[in-house]
Amino acid sequence: MASTIRVRATSSGDITEVQALIQHPMDSGFVKDAKGEIIPPHFIQQLKFEHDGKDVFVADWGPAVSKDPYVKFSFKGGKKGDDLRISWVDNKGASDTTTAKVG
Amino acid sequence: MKRRGSVLIGSAFVALAALAFAAPRVVAADKIDPATEAKAFRNYFTAKFPKVKLDDFVNGPYSMNADMRKQWVEKEEFPPYEFAVDAGKEMFAKPFKNGKTYADCFPNGGVGIRQNYPHFDAKEGKVVTLELALNRCREANGEAPYSYVKDEMASLTAYMAFTSRGKPFDIRIPDDPRALEAYENGKRYFYTRRGQLNFSCASCHVQSPGERIRAEILAPALGILNAMPIYRSEWNGMGTISRRFVTCNSQTRAVPLEPQSDEYRDLEYFLSYVSNGLPIAGPGARP
Amino acid sequence: MTVIRSIALALLLVTAAVPSARAASDADFKAAYAAAEAASKEAASLRNQWTTTVATLAAAKKAADGGDFDRAVAAAKEAEALAKASILQATSEKQAWKAMEIR
Repeated sequence: MASTIRVRATSSGDITEVQALIQHPMDSGFVKDAKGEIIPPHFIQQLKFEHDGKDVFVADWGPAVSKDPYVKFSFKGGKKGDDLRISWVDNKGASDTTTAKVG
Repeated sequence: MKRRGSVLIGSAFVALAALAFAAPRVVAADKIDPATEAKAFRNYFTAKFPKVKLDDFVNGPYSMNADMRKQWVEKEEFPPYEFAVDAGKEMFAKPFKNGKTYADCFPNGGVGIRQNYPHFDAKEGKVVTLELALNRCREANGEAPYSYVKDEMASLTAYMAFTSRGKPFDIRIPDDPRALEAYENGKRYFYTRRGQLNFSCASCHVQSPGERIRAEILAPALGILNAMPIYRSEWNGMGTISRRFVTCNSQTRAVPLEPQSDEYRDLEYFLSYVSNGLPIAGPGARP
Repeated sequence: MTVIRSIALALLLVTAAVPSARAASDADFKAAYAAAEAASKEAASLRNQWTTTVATLAAAKKAADGGDFDRAVAAAKEAEALAKASILQATSEKQAWKAMEIR
């Protein structure tokens, strides 16, 4: 199975711009299915981007984030060829991790 | 009581509308020439939107609204349909239980052929769409068909469209009265008002493209299928051409037909034919 | 617009006068429902059923099942009116669609 995380990180000068798309249902727990039954909550609780052993972006999410979330941010530091480690954990304990190279 | 009143006004209105059209419109024995009609169809849109480049019509609302276009261009750097394309690619390559694959069912191994669908099948005497061909391929290989509206079907068609991007729609109407009839039926379906709201497909996509309907910007009918299947944020996922037709119908308060019914197949034939020459842009992303 | 309104008002007065005469019975409902169902079937055979016809028919049935025959009859009559309007639409569109065609 392909990774649930897509990342693109590009550095220009001393700024690294990161874009990520994560595949996740992000069910809020307030929505009903076609049969009228509640779809149980299932959402990412924490999303983390690490560069050089340091967290550069940490998001604590709740049920209000939409399906297949997209994130864009930039941080100082980081150069071409550096590793960027991305991970998420959801409320059911599932998780995924990937490593991307800064380009 | 209030509700009933509005219903009656509604039906009285329909009745009046019927009267207005009752005056017989003498049309000289309609001789159908699809090529001329497609040209007129295209000219209508290029005249209505002189600033929009012909190939840009496939980008629907983005061709008519600068703000939306800006957001879309940024979104396209990381398009929401990417997962579907990847899933479709994986599914497409995975053999069926009998060892065959989708590639065995299609010309050129299924790659770069989206622009040729739907086509008229002379043996069956009917229009065959890509979605239909995919499910027939599954059934011929002993697999259960997929739902026509989303998920797997959307992923498969997303991948097939992706491999065909930029290729101009090349829909043929062979010299066969049944093919011409299918085209004509599709055209009639497109222009026929239905549902309690008394809308035809053309009410939105011919008369009002670029206009808002609530928060949405209506897409022009020219090139409207080139970007299919689409990821719609409103749907929170991918949808196929079947899904688009079904939802359009129910939005006008008409009970939708079954996906891949003859009417929908003919409608897809007509709509694709009049967009001949415009590039495949699917899968697309729409709000 | 005034013409439409007065026609509608006239229709409204006519239909409104009937059910208020006495409480509707099961038999009244059955008759009204059968008529509505027949019209809706005809609309479906013309491939032009309206979602509102289906919903109103279902509402009529539900009201009758709950013993509220006044409401059931009213809903059945509404469903019949809707179905008839959809039939009229389908019939007139057999020619009228050409008015919208791009030529």
